[in-house]
Amino acid sequence: MKQLIVFIKKEFKHVFRDNKTLLMLFGLPIAQIVLFGFALTNEIKNSKIIICDYAQDVSSLQITERISKSKNFEIKKTIIDKGQIEESFKEGDVKLVVVFPVNFHNDLYHKNKAQVQVIADASDPNTASTLTAYINFIVGSYQQEINNGTDGAIKIIPEIRMLYNPELKGATNFVPGVMALVLLLVCVLMTSVSIVKEKEKGTMEVLLVSPMNPFTVIIAKAIPYFFLSLINLTVILLMSIYLLDMPMNGSLILLYFVSSILILCALSLGLLISNVTETQQAAMLISLMAMLLPTVMLSGFMFPLENMPLPLQVVSNILPSKWYYIIVKSIMIKGLGLMSIWKETLILTFMTIGLLFISFRKFNIRLQ
Amino acid sequence: MRPLKILLIKEFKQIFRDKTLLPLIFALPLIQLLIIPLAADYEVKNINISIVDNDQSSYSEELTSKVLATGYFKLAGYSHSYKESFKQIETDKADLILEIPQNFEQNLSRNGFEKLFIAVNAINGTKAGLGGSYLSSIIADFNHKINTEIVSTNINSEFKSIEVTSLNWFNPYMNYKIFMVPGILVILVTMVGAYMCGLNIVKEKEIGTIEQINVSPIKKHHYILGKLIPFWIIGIVVFSIGFFIIGWLVYGIIPVGSLLLLYSYLALFLIAILGFGLLVSTYSETQQQAMSVSFFFVMMFILMSGLFTSIDAMPNWAQKIAYANPVTYFIEVMRMVVLKGSGLAHISKHIFIMIGFALLFNTWAIINYRKTS
Repeated sequence: MKQLIVFIKKEFKHVFRDNKTLLMLFGLPIAQIVLFGFALTNEIKNSKIIICDYAQDVSSLQITERISKSKNFEIKKTIIDKGQIEESFKEGDVKLVVVFPVNFHNDLYHKNKAQVQVIADASDPNTASTLTAYINFIVGSYQQEINNGTDGAIKIIPEIRMLYNPELKGATNFVPGVMALVLLLVCVLMTSVSIVKEKEKGTMEVLLVSPMNPFTVIIAKAIPYFFLSLINLTVILLMSIYLLDMPMNGSLILLYFVSSILILCALSLGLLISNVTETQQAAMLISLMAMLLPTVMLSGFMFPLENMPLPLQVVSNILPSKWYYIIVKSIMIKGLGLMSIWKETLILTFMTIGLLFISFRKFNIRLQ
Repeated sequence: MRPLKILLIKEFKQIFRDKTLLPLIFALPLIQLLIIPLAADYEVKNINISIVDNDQSSYSEELTSKVLATGYFKLAGYSHSYKESFKQIETDKADLILEIPQNFEQNLSRNGFEKLFIAVNAINGTKAGLGGSYLSSIIADFNHKINTEIVSTNINSEFKSIEVTSLNWFNPYMNYKIFMVPGILVILVTMVGAYMCGLNIVKEKEIGTIEQINVSPIKKHHYILGKLIPFWIIGIVVFSIGFFIIGWLVYGIIPVGSLLLLYSYLALFLIAILGFGLLVSTYSETQQQAMSVSFFFVMMFILMSGLFTSIDAMPNWAQKIAYANPVTYFIEVMRMVVLKGSGLAHISKHIFIMIGFALLFNTWAIINYRKTS
């Protein structure tokens, strides 16, 4: 037992004396929370557009004014030459052009029918279709207004309630994802690299021929990262609750309990990677490319899982982060208890036990 | 020139003899490129709707069938109470509840107005916002329809309508993958460039072989070039495989603009990003340090590059960070040249800025690199 404590102390010192590694350990989660909380959003706003107004009459100017008032658009300039459109798109920043044909107002009031043309830079199809929908909405409400009085007696009033996240903040969706990401990152990457480092430098040889139980070495490597991850988790939670106004509706103890399972799971993964690699670079590449990107992509917080092709949806099931993400959302935001998330928790637990088992089996106490 | 040649031979031998690293350098990025674009799809579809119809009248039935016919919504089920539907939201089986109150039709025709209750799971704000507005516009349509049915005559002739026609340039089929693949390729090249070169140098520091080079007559710039050139070539090869095999053959992305322009920009970008890796390596003593620092910055580069989220939507301070990020420019150039066929004149600003980055990182790194420890 004393040996173990000495070793854990050694590992802690390793971590804390390396201030550049600490930048990643603690700087990254903080930076991510700030970015996801304040800078990154799936919303599309302030998109630069061009108005190509051949009409220049009352109606076209009224619609233009409405567009300019919308937070989604920023009118870059008004032109009267369609030929410039392609050039503007190629220069990059213009996303959409609204074209009013000649006699727009006349057509609208005498023929009761007028046309607005929207040309979108669909190289980004998502932005293009969203912006087109916004223009549609603005024109639609303008149309309703000029028809006011003619539009019937009956009125259906839809009353929309936004559950859990009334202000539609992006953070609510991102923060649980960032938690999964950071915990996995710290544990998988750091444990695998720090074990392989001892292999690469040859100090592993020394440890393995010593009278110490080889598993003590491994456990001593893992424990500091376990605690660091819990600290990280606490920092993320504090920041997201006090800085980003995230709710904490469920039980904190339950959240820490499930997080501990995920951390264990990640630690065993790191151990497994360190068993199959010989150099730090290889360990790092595998942890990054094979672990990290799938976590970002397939756990459901960046991109909706239900949009993906079926094989990827199946693959996403073997990612611990997917289940953790569901659990965190349920606890923090929906305020559900263990009764509603026992299935996901059980899956995570089984994954952890399985990984631990495999990585201990594969652990070689002889180096080639 | 001879020392450089010998160093290059050494580096290439080292890289090609490493049987674990080499396949990783090539295979992993390409697998990523194959899979990520399939996953990266923001488009909001399949909104699951749970309907509570307390009225069961002809109006309520017409409305629900109208909602389901649009294709935006997928029925998660009918239920008898709001509570029951809410359970479906909690378990993520439904995203949205539409509750039609009792006597909906009766109240409408008697009082002239009636409320409808919509509750949206707003954890994913974008999906919630769009789902809510889709549903509102369907309801508004429905409202308009019953009005014209009731007051049928002479209104339609007075009704002024503005038709919005839309054209989608450059990508008429609205294929999201065409947009994502070039961007993801940039990220992969960035990762190869920023990590591999820097780590390689720090590895020599860590295992001590750099001492032997420091005491040899090899010049500082020879050594650095000897490290840069192999990874510059690897970067170009990874890019080409990704671009032609995955992009062209698998996703059918044929660049509209000039390939020469694209490759020139790639060459420039690689110099800048390798310089960044080099800079990190001059500040690090161990591979773990170099890795942590590069990882921190690469993560920031990726998040702030406008790959997944739009830069226009960022607040001002964040936009400044985004435009101090070399990856932003390469992603923009890729998308402009590959998808829209922008020419030299359109991207001249991007070229000058990238030259600036390349000079900045490399000079800084060379100044900071010491042969003495």
